[in-house]
Amino acid sequence: MSTDGMTREMVAEPRSAATATPSRASGPEQTRPGLIYNPATDIFESDNSITLLADMPGVQAADLEIDLRENVLTVSGRVTQPESKYESDVLREYQSGTFFRQFTLSERIDQAKIDAKLSDGVLRLELPKVERAKPRQIVVKTR
Amino acid sequence: MLVRRVWPGRPTFNDPLSDFDQVRREMLRLFDSVAGEPAAGSATGVFPPLNVTQDEENVYVRAEIPGIDADQLAISALRNRVSLAGKREIQLEQGKVSYHRRERAEGTFSRALSLPVEIDPERVDARYTNGILTLTLPKAEAAKPRQIAVRS
Repeated sequence: MSTDGMTREMVAEPRSAATATPSRASGPEQTRPGLIYNPATDIFESDNSITLLADMPGVQAADLEIDLRENVLTVSGRVTQPESKYESDVLREYQSGTFFRQFTLSERIDQAKIDAKLSDGVLRLELPKVERAKPRQIVVKTR
Repeated sequence: MLVRRVWPGRPTFNDPLSDFDQVRREMLRLFDSVAGEPAAGSATGVFPPLNVTQDEENVYVRAEIPGIDADQLAISALRNRVSLAGKREIQLEQGKVSYHRRERAEGTFSRALSLPVEIDPERVDARYTNGILTLTLPKAEAAKPRQIAVRS
């Protein structure tokens, strides 16, 4: 089945800020203070669902927000600073802030069956497609 | 293997260019913090990025390594040296799937650090939570600050 032309459009970001490096913001402007990071993300699709895997080290399950409305999926997670106030920096190679990323889904998603798991700093989001959006075999009849 | 000296105050003579590089990175960080941009810390391309801090009792090494098996990590500590090696594997999905994005990196990594003080390798504690590895390295008794009473 050649779905390539179709699937390419299926998961797109609202704005082309698709870099794995820290960026200031993608999507709407943030009002919360702090740095905004784009989490590195894998997305794949099967006949029944779309699965998203995002690296969000340091995010606790309680600080993770997933929102899907009007086909825009928003994933955001806040990192709490692990350092105590008595610690002084010796070397700093990464900063913590908020992971934030949005995707536009052109498939209809069954909102009630969305499943999210966060383990060891990796978010796994299963987005099952609505029944009628599944591909149907169309038989061409000849006379 | 990459060995980095993390003692900013002490000059090193074996590689003067690395000192310039350190100064350059500190300057960039300063400019970025003024401009409100995130520091390009991981732009060095080294994985995993490490943060090293210290208080009076311990040196802390934190590394962002999301989604690995903690058993796959090899950590060793010796006096003022810590090394960290491991492997990050990403399982490809079985069955008929098509990938839209593949941004998450995988592979083996290995880093070594020279610490500013001597530590006690016997009491090193390592924890892996939420994709962050935290090493707590207690300072050796000789390296701890001591209160000196002045006798009158």
